[in-house]
Amino acid sequence: MDLDLEISRDILLARPRGELDLSVADALRDALEGALGENTVRHLVINLARVSFIDSSGLGVILGRYKRLAGAGGRVSLVGVQPQVRRILELSGLLRIMREYASEEEAVARAG
Amino acid sequence: MNTVNQLKMEFSSRPENVAFARVAVAAFAAQLDFTLNDLEEIKVAVSEAVANAIIHGYGNSPDGIVRVGAVITDRMLEVRVEDDGRGIADVKRALQPSFSTDPDRMGLGFVFMQSFMDRVQVESAAGKGTRVIMSKVPECSGAEAAAARAGH
Repeated sequence: MDLDLEISRDILLARPRGELDLSVADALRDALEGALGENTVRHLVINLARVSFIDSSGLGVILGRYKRLAGAGGRVSLVGVQPQVRRILELSGLLRIMREYASEEEAVARAG
Repeated sequence: MNTVNQLKMEFSSRPENVAFARVAVAAFAAQLDFTLNDLEEIKVAVSEAVANAIIHGYGNSPDGIVRVGAVITDRMLEVRVEDDGRGIADVKRALQPSFSTDPDRMGLGFVFMQSFMDRVQVESAAGKGTRVIMSKVPECSGAEAAAARAGH
């Protein structure tokens, strides 16, 4: 897994790449938590365009960040969800509680 | 049902082996007439079972051994994932969707196994390890058409 992080206003934009499973869950969680610790960040946009696989370990990292941000009035939005990942997000119910946008620009524009 | 082909492997209970296990089983399963979507589902189910063995069976210790076996009969794939870890005291409860010992994981592992495989059986007892047996039959074209209508 590879991860790009970018902070724009109060939004953290995360672009993980690869397969989000148990082997990367801790590193992904730590990296996101570190960036969310920047006290200006309230919302999270995750670009999943380059994520080819996710299981409950990867989902757990996203859900954990959702709980943290939602508890403080923030939002988590998803962009670029691939078909095989979408199936998992749908089954887990995450797509019902998070917003999904067609592009990073739209997600960032509407995150606040 | 006659066994046509079989795969047996065992590996350390390390997180980096989860990907190895799911890719190996999916590549083996491709000998049957599974769709790419089926193979993706098999990958998720194997990933969940192996992750459970590492996290719950061995408590994240890398010193355990996870055994994964797959059997192809003339029309079906059966996958077994076994560990010699601490086992599950109450299997029925562990299979409930909301059951999880980790708040971040939502207890979705068994939900995905049950959603993506035709049959999932869990044999376990406290201190006796856990064995998950899952099977899947390639969808016929009629079932695929039905799934497409249902919006997949």
